[in-house]
Amino acid sequence: MTNYYNSEDLKKFGKIGEFGAKDMAADFFKYYGGVFADGALSGREKALIALAVSHVLKCPYCIDAYTSTTLEKGCSEDEMMEAVHVGAVMAAGVTLVHSTQMINKAKELMM
Amino acid sequence: MLTAHHTQTMNPVKSLKALKHALGDSGYQIQVLNDHDKLGRHLPLFREKIAPFGLFPLKPTQIDIFQVNVGKMCNQVCSHCHVDAGPDRKEIMTQETMQECLDVLRKHKFKTIDLTGGAPEMNNNFRWFIEGIRAIDSEIKIIVRCNLTIILANKNYHDLPEFFKQHRIEVVSSLPFYTASRTDSQRGNGVFEDSIKALQMLNAMGYGQEGSGLTLNLVYNPAGAFLPSGQDGLEKEFKKALKTKYGIHFNSLFCITNIPISRFLDYLLVSGNYGEYMEKLVNAFNPTAASNVMCRNTLSIGWDGFLFDCDFNQMLDLKVLGRSQHLREFDMSELTNRKISINQHCYGCTAGAGSSCGGEVA
Ligand code: SF4
Ligand code: SF4
Repeated sequence: MTNYYNSEDLKKFGKIGEFGAKDMAADFFKYYGGVFADGALSGREKALIALAVSHVLKCPYCIDAYTSTTLEKGCSEDEMMEAVHVGAVMAAGVTLVHSTQMINKAKELMM
Repeated sequence: MLTAHHTQTMNPVKSLKALKHALGDSGYQIQVLNDHDKLGRHLPLFREKIAPFGLFPLKPTQIDIFQVNVGKMCNQVCSHCHVDAGPDRKEIMTQETMQECLDVLRKHKFKTIDLTGGAPEMNNNFRWFIEGIRAIDSEIKIIVRCNLTIILANKNYHDLPEFFKQHRIEVVSSLPFYTASRTDSQRGNGVFEDSIKALQMLNAMGYGQEGSGLTLNLVYNPAGAFLPSGQDGLEKEFKKALKTKYGIHFNSLFCITNIPISRFLDYLLVSGNYGEYMEKLVNAFNPTAASNVMCRNTLSIGWDGFLFDCDFNQMLDLKVLGRSQHLREFDMSELTNRKISINQHCYGCTAGAGSSCGGEVA
Protein backbone atom coordinates (compact mmCIF):
# COMPACT_ATOMS: atom_id res chain seq x y z
CA MET A 1 0.00 0.00 0.00
CA THR A 2 1.59 3.21 -1.15
CA ASN A 3 -1.35 5.48 -0.34
CA TYR A 4 -4.03 5.31 2.32
CA TYR A 5 -6.45 7.31 0.18
CA ASN A 6 -6.87 6.80 -3.54
CA SER A 7 -9.66 8.50 -5.51
CA GLU A 8 -10.02 5.41 -7.72
CA ASP A 9 -11.16 3.50 -4.64
CA LEU A 10 -14.39 5.49 -4.51
CA LYS A 11 -15.58 3.54 -7.58
CA LYS A 12 -15.05 0.28 -5.65
CA PHE A 13 -17.35 1.30 -2.81
CA GLY A 14 -20.42 -0.25 -4.38
CA LYS A 15 -18.62 -3.60 -4.60
CA ILE A 16 -17.59 -4.05 -0.95
CA GLY A 17 -20.13 -6.86 -0.67
CA GLU A 18 -18.08 -8.96 -3.09
CA PHE A 19 -15.37 -9.27 -0.44
CA GLY A 20 -17.66 -10.47 2.30
CA ALA A 21 -20.85 -9.84 4.29
CA LYS A 22 -22.79 -9.55 1.06
CA ASP A 23 -26.23 -9.19 2.67
CA MET A 24 -25.09 -6.47 5.04
CA ALA A 25 -23.65 -4.49 2.13
CA ALA A 26 -26.89 -4.97 0.20
CA ASP A 27 -28.92 -3.79 3.21
CA PHE A 28 -26.70 -0.75 3.59
CA PHE A 29 -26.93 0.27 -0.07
CA LYS A 30 -30.68 -0.17 -0.06
CA TYR A 31 -30.92 2.08 2.99
CA TYR A 32 -28.49 4.53 1.37
CA GLY A 33 -30.56 4.73 -1.79
CA GLY A 34 -33.78 5.18 0.14
CA VAL A 35 -32.39 7.94 2.34
CA PHE A 36 -31.15 10.01 -0.62
CA ALA A 37 -34.33 9.71 -2.68
CA ASP A 38 -36.66 12.72 -2.86
CA GLY A 39 -38.87 12.69 0.22
CA ALA A 40 -39.97 15.30 2.73
CA LEU A 41 -36.57 16.79 1.91
CA SER A 42 -35.57 17.01 -1.74
CA GLY A 43 -32.60 15.05 -3.07
CA ARG A 44 -30.94 18.42 -3.53
CA GLU A 45 -31.35 19.41 0.12
CA LYS A 46 -30.11 16.00 1.22
CA ALA A 47 -27.04 16.33 -0.98
CA LEU A 48 -26.19 19.65 0.71
CA ILE A 49 -26.55 18.02 4.15
CA ALA A 50 -24.33 15.16 2.99
CA LEU A 51 -21.75 17.67 1.75
CA ALA A 52 -21.65 19.30 5.19
CA VAL A 53 -21.41 15.94 6.97
CA SER A 54 -18.60 14.84 4.60
CA HIS A 55 -16.56 17.79 5.80
CA VAL A 56 -17.30 17.35 9.48
CA LEU A 57 -16.35 13.67 9.25
CA LYS A 58 -13.46 14.69 6.98
CA CYS A 59 -14.03 11.96 4.40
CA PRO A 60 -12.27 12.71 1.09
CA TYR A 61 -14.36 10.11 -0.73
CA CYS A 62 -17.59 11.74 0.41
CA ILE A 63 -16.31 15.24 -0.32
CA ASP A 64 -15.49 14.10 -3.87
CA ALA A 65 -18.87 12.40 -4.30
CA TYR A 66 -21.04 15.15 -2.82
CA THR A 67 -19.23 17.97 -4.55
CA SER A 68 -20.21 16.27 -7.81
CA THR A 69 -23.74 15.55 -6.61
CA THR A 70 -24.41 19.10 -5.41
CA LEU A 71 -23.06 20.51 -8.68
CA GLU A 72 -25.22 18.06 -10.63
CA LYS A 73 -28.25 19.10 -8.57
CA GLY A 74 -27.56 22.70 -9.54
CA CYS A 75 -26.42 24.00 -6.17
CA SER A 76 -24.61 27.32 -6.32
CA GLU A 77 -21.16 27.99 -4.91
CA ASP A 78 -22.76 29.97 -2.08
CA GLU A 79 -25.10 27.11 -1.18
CA MET A 80 -22.24 24.62 -1.13
CA MET A 81 -19.99 26.86 0.92
CA GLU A 82 -22.79 27.76 3.34
CA ALA A 83 -23.45 24.05 3.90
CA VAL A 84 -19.78 23.56 4.81
CA HIS A 85 -19.98 26.57 7.14
CA VAL A 86 -22.95 24.98 8.89
CA GLY A 87 -20.79 21.89 9.46
CA ALA A 88 -17.83 24.00 10.56
CA VAL A 89 -19.81 26.14 12.97
CA MET A 90 -21.48 23.05 14.43
CA ALA A 91 -18.07 21.45 14.97
CA ALA A 92 -16.82 24.68 16.58
CA GLY A 93 -19.96 24.99 18.68
CA VAL A 94 -19.73 21.38 19.80
CA THR A 95 -16.17 22.06 20.94
CA LEU A 96 -17.04 25.34 22.61
CA VAL A 97 -20.18 24.11 24.36
CA HIS A 98 -17.97 21.57 26.13
CA SER A 99 -16.16 24.48 27.70
CA THR A 100 -19.13 24.64 30.06
CA GLN A 101 -17.84 21.37 31.53
CA MET A 102 -14.36 22.81 31.82
CA ILE A 103 -15.86 25.85 33.51
CA ASN A 104 -17.92 23.68 35.91
CA LYS A 105 -14.88 21.61 36.79
CA ALA A 106 -12.66 24.62 37.16
CA LYS A 107 -15.17 26.28 39.46
CA GLU A 108 -15.28 23.12 41.52
CA LEU A 109 -11.52 23.19 41.90
CA MET A 110 -10.81 26.87 42.14
CA MET A 111 -11.08 28.95 45.28
CA MET B 1 -7.26 40.19 -8.20
CA LEU B 2 -7.35 37.33 -10.66
CA THR B 3 -7.59 34.04 -8.84
CA ALA B 4 -6.50 30.73 -10.33
CA HIS B 5 -10.17 29.93 -10.84
CA HIS B 6 -10.71 33.01 -12.95
CA THR B 7 -7.68 32.48 -15.14
CA GLN B 8 -8.70 28.90 -15.75
CA THR B 9 -12.17 29.78 -16.87
CA MET B 10 -11.32 32.78 -19.01
CA ASN B 11 -13.34 32.56 -22.18
CA PRO B 12 -11.81 32.00 -25.59
CA VAL B 13 -11.94 34.92 -28.01
CA LYS B 14 -11.44 32.93 -31.18
CA SER B 15 -12.84 29.69 -32.53
CA LEU B 16 -10.65 26.59 -32.56
CA LYS B 17 -10.82 26.80 -36.33
CA ALA B 18 -9.43 30.35 -36.43
CA LEU B 19 -6.73 29.32 -33.96
CA LYS B 20 -5.86 26.44 -36.32
CA HIS B 21 -6.22 24.18 -33.30
CA ALA B 22 -6.02 20.44 -34.00
CA LEU B 23 -9.55 20.00 -32.60
CA GLY B 24 -10.85 22.42 -35.22
CA ASP B 25 -10.64 19.36 -37.45
CA SER B 26 -13.61 16.99 -37.13
CA GLY B 27 -11.63 13.91 -38.20
CA TYR B 28 -9.20 14.50 -35.37
CA GLN B 29 -12.08 14.85 -32.88
CA ILE B 30 -13.39 11.42 -33.87
CA GLN B 31 -9.89 10.04 -33.47
CA VAL B 32 -9.64 11.50 -29.95
CA LEU B 33 -13.06 10.06 -29.05
CA ASN B 34 -11.67 6.61 -29.78
CA ASP B 35 -8.21 7.07 -28.31
CA HIS B 36 -7.74 4.78 -25.30
CA ASP B 37 -4.45 6.42 -24.36
CA LYS B 38 -6.04 9.86 -24.15
CA LEU B 39 -8.97 8.34 -22.24
CA GLY B 40 -6.65 6.45 -19.91
CA ARG B 41 -9.12 3.57 -19.93
CA HIS B 42 -10.92 1.18 -22.23
CA LEU B 43 -14.56 2.10 -22.78
CA PRO B 44 -17.14 0.00 -24.63
CA LEU B 45 -18.14 1.15 -28.11
CA PHE B 46 -21.49 2.94 -28.21
CA ARG B 47 -22.56 0.50 -30.88
CA GLU B 48 -21.91 -2.44 -28.52
CA LYS B 49 -23.77 -0.72 -25.72
CA ILE B 50 -27.00 -0.20 -27.70
CA ALA B 51 -26.97 -3.52 -29.58
CA PRO B 52 -28.41 -5.66 -26.71
CA PHE B 53 -31.48 -3.37 -26.70
CA GLY B 54 -32.19 -3.93 -30.38
CA LEU B 55 -31.07 -0.40 -31.22
CA PHE B 56 -28.23 -1.25 -33.59
CA PRO B 57 -28.31 -0.21 -36.35
CA LEU B 58 -29.95 2.91 -34.95
CA LYS B 59 -32.79 4.05 -37.20
CA PRO B 60 -35.28 6.92 -37.21
CA THR B 61 -38.81 6.39 -35.95
CA GLN B 62 -40.40 9.27 -37.85
CA ILE B 63 -38.89 12.58 -38.93
CA ASP B 64 -40.87 15.26 -37.10
CA ILE B 65 -38.31 17.98 -36.53
CA PHE B 66 -36.55 19.88 -39.30
CA GLN B 67 -33.60 21.58 -37.61
CA VAL B 68 -31.73 24.13 -39.64
CA ASN B 69 -28.34 25.48 -38.67
CA VAL B 70 -28.30 28.78 -40.53
CA GLY B 71 -24.64 29.49 -39.81
CA LYS B 72 -21.75 29.29 -37.41
CA MET B 73 -21.33 33.01 -36.87
CA CYS B 74 -22.07 34.13 -33.32
CA ASN B 75 -21.57 37.22 -31.18
CA GLN B 76 -20.38 34.97 -28.35
CA VAL B 77 -17.52 32.47 -28.05
CA CYS B 78 -18.76 30.15 -25.29
CA SER B 79 -16.16 27.82 -23.87
CA HIS B 80 -18.37 24.73 -24.21
CA CYS B 81 -19.75 25.44 -27.72
CA HIS B 82 -20.14 22.30 -29.82
CA VAL B 83 -20.44 24.40 -32.97
CA ASP B 84 -17.10 26.15 -32.37
CA ALA B 85 -19.09 29.26 -33.23
CA GLY B 86 -17.87 32.83 -32.98
CA PRO B 87 -17.58 36.17 -34.76
CA ASP B 88 -14.76 34.74 -36.88
CA ARG B 89 -16.85 31.95 -38.44
CA LYS B 90 -17.95 32.76 -41.96
CA GLU B 91 -20.05 29.67 -42.76
CA ILE B 92 -23.49 31.20 -43.26
CA MET B 93 -26.50 29.75 -45.06
CA THR B 94 -27.27 31.61 -48.28
CA GLN B 95 -30.74 32.70 -49.34
CA GLU B 96 -30.54 30.14 -52.11
CA THR B 97 -30.05 27.29 -49.62
CA MET B 98 -32.85 28.70 -47.48
CA GLN B 99 -35.03 28.58 -50.56
CA GLU B 100 -34.10 24.90 -50.93
CA CYS B 101 -35.26 24.39 -47.33
CA LEU B 102 -38.54 26.09 -48.17
CA ASP B 103 -38.92 23.85 -51.22
CA VAL B 104 -38.62 20.79 -48.95
CA LEU B 105 -41.04 22.30 -46.43
CA ARG B 106 -43.59 22.89 -49.16
CA LYS B 107 -43.47 19.21 -50.11
CA HIS B 108 -43.19 17.51 -46.72
CA LYS B 109 -45.00 17.87 -43.44
CA PHE B 110 -43.00 18.31 -40.22
CA LYS B 111 -44.20 19.10 -36.72
CA THR B 112 -41.45 21.54 -35.83
CA ILE B 113 -38.94 23.79 -37.55
CA ASP B 114 -36.01 24.43 -35.26
CA LEU B 115 -33.61 27.24 -36.17
CA THR B 116 -30.17 27.26 -34.66
CA GLY B 117 -26.63 28.50 -35.27
CA GLY B 118 -24.30 30.23 -34.17
CA ALA B 119 -26.60 33.12 -33.48
CA PRO B 120 -29.23 32.44 -36.15
CA GLU B 121 -30.34 36.07 -36.08
CA MET B 122 -26.94 37.12 -37.49
CA ASN B 123 -27.80 35.56 -40.82
CA ASN B 124 -28.95 38.50 -42.96
CA ASN B 125 -31.79 36.46 -44.40
CA PHE B 126 -33.04 35.18 -41.04
CA ARG B 127 -36.26 37.21 -41.05
CA TRP B 128 -36.90 36.52 -44.71
CA PHE B 129 -36.57 32.80 -43.99
CA ILE B 130 -39.04 32.86 -41.09
CA GLU B 131 -41.54 34.84 -43.13
CA GLY B 132 -41.12 32.24 -45.89
CA ILE B 133 -41.80 29.38 -43.48
CA ARG B 134 -44.88 31.14 -42.09
CA ALA B 135 -46.16 31.75 -45.62
CA ILE B 136 -46.05 28.00 -46.24
CA ASP B 137 -47.50 26.97 -42.90
CA SER B 138 -49.12 29.47 -40.56
CA GLU B 139 -49.50 26.93 -37.75
CA ILE B 140 -46.29 24.95 -37.65
CA LYS B 141 -44.19 25.29 -34.51
CA ILE B 142 -41.08 27.36 -35.20
CA ILE B 143 -38.32 27.37 -32.60
CA VAL B 144 -35.50 29.89 -32.56
CA ARG B 145 -32.49 29.09 -30.40
CA CYS B 146 -31.70 32.61 -29.32
CA ASN B 147 -28.60 33.24 -27.21
CA LEU B 148 -30.30 36.30 -25.60
CA THR B 149 -27.29 38.64 -25.75
CA ILE B 150 -27.78 39.07 -29.50
CA ILE B 151 -30.93 41.07 -28.74
CA LEU B 152 -28.78 43.71 -27.03
CA ALA B 153 -25.72 43.35 -29.25
CA ASN B 154 -26.75 45.97 -31.80
CA LYS B 155 -29.77 48.22 -32.23
CA ASN B 156 -30.80 46.31 -35.35
CA TYR B 157 -31.63 43.39 -33.07
CA HIS B 158 -33.51 45.28 -30.34
CA ASP B 159 -36.85 44.57 -32.02
CA LEU B 160 -36.29 40.79 -32.17
CA PRO B 161 -38.75 40.10 -29.31
CA GLU B 162 -41.42 41.89 -31.34
CA PHE B 163 -40.53 39.99 -34.50
CA PHE B 164 -40.64 36.70 -32.59
CA LYS B 165 -44.06 37.57 -31.20
CA GLN B 166 -45.40 38.56 -34.58
CA HIS B 167 -44.52 35.13 -36.00
CA ARG B 168 -45.42 33.19 -32.84
CA ILE B 169 -41.89 31.85 -32.52
CA GLU B 170 -41.04 29.63 -29.59
CA VAL B 171 -37.89 31.04 -28.04
CA VAL B 172 -35.37 28.64 -26.52
CA SER B 173 -32.46 30.30 -24.76
CA SER B 174 -29.37 29.15 -22.96
CA LEU B 175 -28.84 30.30 -19.43
CA PRO B 176 -26.37 27.87 -17.90
CA PHE B 177 -27.09 29.05 -14.38
CA TYR B 178 -29.08 31.52 -12.34
CA THR B 179 -25.94 33.14 -10.97
CA ALA B 180 -23.61 35.44 -12.88
CA SER B 181 -20.35 33.69 -12.00
CA ARG B 182 -21.27 30.29 -13.35
CA THR B 183 -22.96 31.70 -16.46
CA ASP B 184 -20.08 34.04 -17.31
CA SER B 185 -17.45 31.34 -16.76
CA GLN B 186 -19.03 29.40 -19.60
CA ARG B 187 -20.38 32.12 -21.87
CA GLY B 188 -18.13 35.13 -21.28
CA ASN B 189 -17.95 38.15 -19.00
CA GLY B 190 -21.11 40.19 -18.77
CA VAL B 191 -23.23 37.57 -20.54
CA PHE B 192 -25.39 36.95 -17.48
CA GLU B 193 -26.27 40.61 -17.06
CA ASP B 194 -27.19 41.03 -20.74
CA SER B 195 -29.11 37.74 -20.71
CA ILE B 196 -31.19 38.99 -17.79
CA LYS B 197 -31.97 42.23 -19.64
CA ALA B 198 -32.95 40.28 -22.76
CA LEU B 199 -35.18 37.96 -20.74
CA GLN B 200 -36.89 41.00 -19.24
CA MET B 201 -37.47 42.37 -22.76
CA LEU B 202 -38.98 39.04 -23.84
CA ASN B 203 -41.16 38.98 -20.72
CA ALA B 204 -42.33 42.52 -21.47
CA MET B 205 -43.45 41.30 -24.90
CA GLY B 206 -45.50 38.59 -23.17
CA TYR B 207 -43.01 35.74 -23.54
CA GLY B 208 -43.06 33.27 -20.65
CA GLN B 209 -46.16 34.94 -19.20
CA GLU B 210 -49.13 32.79 -18.36
CA GLY B 211 -51.94 32.87 -20.90
CA SER B 212 -49.91 34.72 -23.56
CA GLY B 213 -49.36 31.61 -25.68
CA LEU B 214 -45.79 32.84 -26.19
CA THR B 215 -43.35 30.20 -25.05
CA LEU B 216 -39.96 30.99 -23.58
CA ASN B 217 -37.93 27.96 -22.56
CA LEU B 218 -34.50 28.02 -21.00
CA VAL B 219 -31.66 25.59 -21.46
CA TYR B 220 -29.42 24.58 -18.59
CA ASN B 221 -26.16 22.82 -19.21
CA PRO B 222 -23.49 22.14 -16.62
CA ALA B 223 -20.65 24.66 -16.42
CA GLY B 224 -17.98 21.98 -16.15
CA ALA B 225 -17.20 18.30 -16.28
CA PHE B 226 -20.29 17.07 -14.48
CA LEU B 227 -23.66 15.78 -15.62
CA PRO B 228 -27.05 17.44 -15.23
CA SER B 229 -29.49 15.80 -12.87
CA GLY B 230 -33.13 16.34 -12.09
CA GLN B 231 -34.70 18.64 -14.68
CA ASP B 232 -37.83 19.25 -12.58
CA GLY B 233 -35.90 20.14 -9.43
CA LEU B 234 -33.62 22.49 -11.33
CA GLU B 235 -36.55 24.12 -13.07
CA LYS B 236 -38.01 24.95 -9.65
CA GLU B 237 -34.72 26.43 -8.46
CA PHE B 238 -34.32 28.48 -11.64
CA LYS B 239 -37.89 29.75 -11.45
CA LYS B 240 -37.55 30.72 -7.81
CA ALA B 241 -34.19 32.44 -8.25
CA LEU B 242 -35.04 34.29 -11.47
CA LYS B 243 -38.42 35.43 -10.22
CA THR B 244 -37.33 36.69 -6.81
CA LYS B 245 -34.14 38.36 -7.96
CA TYR B 246 -35.05 39.67 -11.39
CA GLY B 247 -38.83 39.30 -11.78
CA ILE B 248 -38.29 36.93 -14.72
CA HIS B 249 -40.78 34.28 -15.81
CA PHE B 250 -40.24 31.41 -18.22
CA ASN B 251 -42.05 28.21 -19.22
CA SER B 252 -39.79 25.17 -19.00
CA LEU B 253 -36.18 24.40 -18.28
CA PHE B 254 -34.44 21.89 -20.55
CA CYS B 255 -31.43 20.12 -19.06
CA ILE B 256 -28.79 19.32 -21.64
CA THR B 257 -25.67 17.23 -21.18
CA ASN B 258 -22.49 18.67 -22.68
CA ILE B 259 -21.50 16.49 -25.63
CA PRO B 260 -17.77 15.74 -25.72
CA ILE B 261 -16.94 17.37 -29.04
CA SER B 262 -15.37 20.60 -30.25
CA ARG B 263 -14.66 23.24 -27.58
CA PHE B 264 -16.10 21.15 -24.75
CA LEU B 265 -13.81 18.30 -25.79
CA ASP B 266 -10.92 20.76 -25.75
CA TYR B 267 -11.92 21.87 -22.25
CA LEU B 268 -12.09 18.23 -21.07
CA LEU B 269 -8.63 17.50 -22.43
CA VAL B 270 -7.00 20.66 -21.12
CA SER B 271 -8.57 20.37 -17.67
CA GLY B 272 -7.61 16.69 -17.32
CA ASN B 273 -11.26 15.62 -17.02
CA TYR B 274 -11.59 13.79 -20.33
CA GLY B 275 -11.33 10.12 -19.25
CA GLU B 276 -13.38 10.62 -16.09
CA TYR B 277 -16.13 12.47 -17.95
CA MET B 278 -16.43 9.81 -20.64
CA GLU B 279 -16.52 7.11 -17.99
CA LYS B 280 -19.30 8.98 -16.17
CA LEU B 281 -21.30 9.13 -19.41
CA VAL B 282 -20.80 5.43 -20.08
CA ASN B 283 -21.69 4.43 -16.51
CA ALA B 284 -24.85 6.54 -16.67
CA PHE B 285 -25.98 4.87 -19.94
CA ASN B 286 -29.75 4.52 -19.89
CA PRO B 287 -31.41 2.29 -22.51
CA THR B 288 -34.69 4.23 -22.31
CA ALA B 289 -32.84 7.42 -23.14
CA ALA B 290 -31.07 5.55 -25.95
CA SER B 291 -34.35 4.54 -27.55
CA ASN B 292 -35.52 8.17 -27.44
CA VAL B 293 -32.42 9.93 -28.80
CA MET B 294 -33.38 12.96 -30.86
CA CYS B 295 -31.74 11.78 -34.09
CA ARG B 296 -34.62 9.32 -34.33
CA ASN B 297 -37.12 12.12 -34.96
CA THR B 298 -34.92 14.99 -36.13
CA LEU B 299 -33.12 15.87 -39.31
CA SER B 300 -30.37 18.46 -39.12
CA ILE B 301 -29.60 20.74 -42.07
CA GLY B 302 -26.18 22.31 -42.39
CA TRP B 303 -25.43 25.87 -43.57
CA ASP B 304 -24.46 24.48 -46.99
CA GLY B 305 -27.60 22.37 -47.39
CA PHE B 306 -26.13 19.01 -46.43
CA LEU B 307 -28.19 16.70 -44.22
CA PHE B 308 -27.12 15.26 -40.88
CA ASP B 309 -28.55 13.04 -38.13
CA CYS B 310 -28.17 15.80 -35.54
CA ASP B 311 -26.35 19.07 -34.94
CA PHE B 312 -23.49 17.17 -33.24
CA ASN B 313 -22.93 14.91 -36.23
CA GLN B 314 -23.11 18.03 -38.36
CA MET B 315 -20.19 19.53 -36.45
CA LEU B 316 -18.29 16.24 -36.82
CA ASP B 317 -18.98 16.31 -40.59
CA LEU B 318 -20.77 12.96 -40.36
CA LYS B 319 -23.34 13.34 -43.15
CA VAL B 320 -26.42 11.13 -43.24
CA LEU B 321 -25.73 7.75 -44.76
CA GLY B 322 -27.36 6.91 -48.07
CA ARG B 323 -28.09 8.70 -51.31
CA SER B 324 -30.15 11.60 -49.95
CA GLN B 325 -27.37 13.73 -48.52
CA HIS B 326 -28.38 17.22 -49.60
CA LEU B 327 -31.56 19.32 -49.64
CA ARG B 328 -31.52 19.04 -53.43
CA GLU B 329 -31.73 15.23 -53.18
CA PHE B 330 -34.25 15.20 -50.35
CA ASP B 331 -35.96 11.81 -50.30
CA MET B 332 -38.17 11.33 -47.27
CA SER B 333 -38.54 7.56 -47.49
CA GLU B 334 -34.82 7.03 -48.02
CA LEU B 335 -34.09 9.31 -45.04
CA THR B 336 -36.66 7.65 -42.78
CA ASN B 337 -35.09 4.27 -43.47
CA ARG B 338 -31.46 5.33 -43.16
CA LYS B 339 -28.99 4.09 -40.59
CA ILE B 340 -27.91 6.80 -38.17
CA SER B 341 -24.16 7.46 -37.87
CA ILE B 342 -23.09 6.86 -34.32
CA ASN B 343 -19.82 7.21 -32.48
CA GLN B 344 -18.54 7.60 -28.92
CA HIS B 345 -19.93 11.17 -28.51
CA CYS B 346 -23.42 9.61 -28.62
CA TYR B 347 -22.95 8.58 -24.97
CA GLY B 348 -23.72 12.24 -24.20
CA CYS B 349 -27.31 11.72 -25.35
CA THR B 350 -27.95 8.56 -23.35
CA ALA B 351 -26.62 9.38 -19.88
CA GLY B 352 -29.04 9.49 -16.97
CA ALA B 353 -32.36 10.93 -18.03
CA GLY B 354 -30.89 11.49 -21.50
CA SER B 355 -30.34 14.71 -23.37
CA SER B 356 -31.74 16.31 -26.50
CA CYS B 357 -32.39 19.80 -27.82
CA GLY B 358 -35.60 19.58 -25.80
CA GLY B 359 -33.94 18.41 -22.59
CA GLU B 360 -34.43 15.05 -20.88
CA VAL B 361 -35.85 12.18 -22.90
CA ALA B 362 -36.32 9.43 -20.31
S1 SF4 C 1 -23.02 28.09 -27.43
FE1 SF4 C 1 -24.47 29.26 -28.65
S2 SF4 C 1 -24.16 31.38 -27.99
FE2 SF4 C 1 -22.38 30.22 -27.33
S3 SF4 C 1 -20.85 30.44 -28.97
FE3 SF4 C 1 -22.00 28.55 -29.35
S4 SF4 C 1 -23.63 29.17 -30.73
FE4 SF4 C 1 -22.85 31.04 -29.78
S1 SF4 D 1 -25.06 12.45 -30.88
FE1 SF4 D 1 -26.53 12.64 -32.54
S2 SF4 D 1 -26.42 10.67 -33.58
FE2 SF4 D 1 -25.52 10.38 -31.55
S3 SF4 D 1 -27.22 9.69 -30.28
FE3 SF4 D 1 -27.06 11.91 -30.04
S4 SF4 D 1 -28.51 12.70 -31.53
FE4 SF4 D 1 -28.10 10.56 -32.10
